[in-house]
Amino acid sequence: MPSEPVACPEPAGPSGLSEVPLRRTCPFDPPPGLAELRAAEPITRRVMPLDGTELWLVTSHDLVRRMLADPRWSSSLDGGLSPEQPLHVTQPEPGMFISMDAPEHGRYRRMLTAHFTVQRMNRLRPRIEQIVAERLDAMERLPRPVDLVAEFALPVPSLVICELLGMPYEDRAEFQAAARVIVDMTASPEQIDAAVAGLAAHLAKLIAAKREEPDDALIGELIREGALTDGELVQISMLLLVAGHETTANMLGLGTLLLLHHPDQLALVREGAPGAADELLRYLSIVDLVMFRGAKEDLTLGGQEIKAGEFGLASLAAANRDPALCEDPDRLDVTRPKTAHVALGFGPHQCLGQNLARLELEIALQALLRRFPGLRAAVPLEEVPVRENAAIHGVHSLPVIW
Amino acid sequence: MSAVDAAVEVTVNRESCCGAGQCALAAPEVFTQSEEDGLVVLLDPNPPAELHDAVRRAESHCPTRSVTVR
Ligand code: HEM
Ligand code: SF4
Repeated sequence: MPSEPVACPEPAGPSGLSEVPLRRTCPFDPPPGLAELRAAEPITRRVMPLDGTELWLVTSHDLVRRMLADPRWSSSLDGGLSPEQPLHVTQPEPGMFISMDAPEHGRYRRMLTAHFTVQRMNRLRPRIEQIVAERLDAMERLPRPVDLVAEFALPVPSLVICELLGMPYEDRAEFQAAARVIVDMTASPEQIDAAVAGLAAHLAKLIAAKREEPDDALIGELIREGALTDGELVQISMLLLVAGHETTANMLGLGTLLLLHHPDQLALVREGAPGAADELLRYLSIVDLVMFRGAKEDLTLGGQEIKAGEFGLASLAAANRDPALCEDPDRLDVTRPKTAHVALGFGPHQCLGQNLARLELEIALQALLRRFPGLRAAVPLEEVPVRENAAIHGVHSLPVIW
Repeated sequence: MSAVDAAVEVTVNRESCCGAGQCALAAPEVFTQSEEDGLVVLLDPNPPAELHDAVRRAESHCPTRSVTVR
């Protein structure tokens, strides 16, 4: 099969010009309508269909990068994904630095950067390889078809985070079960609240144990450095879990599905194409229309006057398919030189775990495709359950055979 | 190639750096991340011509615009 984009259904007609187009008609592509907006009005006033908030929708690569790098746009926001909780300014819990601005954000971020460098992540490689190999062994023992999401895409990143945090082996099953509920789109708010509370209690216990006997994993090291309270350590651990689990899991699930539709690209990934992780991140942009910011003062962006207190939303997917970013942006090409894509964000909040994410994606996809050279989906594309309206794009399950 | 490639002077700003590591990924011969704080460390302010593309890529990929190539 040639490496053309998969034939996806034709875009539905624009559902009211003034709404942010949120729905992907093809799980791999930005929602229809964003490309036209990017060309005609790369910053434009729109309304969010989920909560009715009016905001500035930003779709070009240049303007998305400008907005995300500009400290006048605040990250201290919450809500925006449901009518019950419209987008609003918030005061984050101590430690929840993804929702903080300078200088508080920098204080936490700088305590963590040394633990996430390219060099440091490379030292985790043997452990990640082992975790991946064990999951593949487990898959091999199961009756086929096997759900790749439940048996591989979800457990690998959560076990890697356990490794990173220094979670004892005997606690990992319980930890994984709670983490699974938090990322489960079908769980009720009560179930999620209970799982979050359970995890926080679990993490508090872990942190207390590490205070007694700090080890060389992340929590132990942060305790030894001595600058964080237990409450902050719980929030930071939760943030790492939430930010690193669902994202990586969805990249593995949706990324595998995409490669199964591009066998030539799949072969290149199996052979170890070095830029594959970044190209898959760019192409799929699984974190997209959730990049909210709030203007802290009056400013101009792309010729528009923005007033203090107004909200902005960056479409990472639209920016990543901008012809100004790379040649032929709608073509998947794992051999292209690394682009300045924004799938991991841009500016001071750009993904802290990005070098771990690259490593996990590279190791896991390559090992999966090598272990099962005949891997294929057990159902047609249209029947793979896609996560509609999810904050992070992906598939609920992916039955595979080999 | 051209005048652009004659000689370059690379500078980094450790104040604004957020330790994303894009520079070390793009040009590991020129940039690394400190083991102490994870922030950028410049290994070679005047890299040879064959690395000019890579340092310009680091400049354009750095999320906090902490890499300058002149
Ligand atoms: C594999 C795919 C991943 C994607 C697509 C992704 C994407 C992103 C994006 C877009 C942001 C910016 C958010 C913003 O500006 O508001 C971000 C931030 C963050 N990510 Fe990731 N991420 C991934 C994996 C990971 C992993 C594996 C970890 C850690 C274990 C992680 C930890 C974080 C943290 C802590 C932040 C907040 C950084 C800050 O506010 O300074 N991410 N990520
Ligand atoms: S790319 Fe920029 S922010 Fe990231 S480590 Fe290098 S200089 Fe710092």
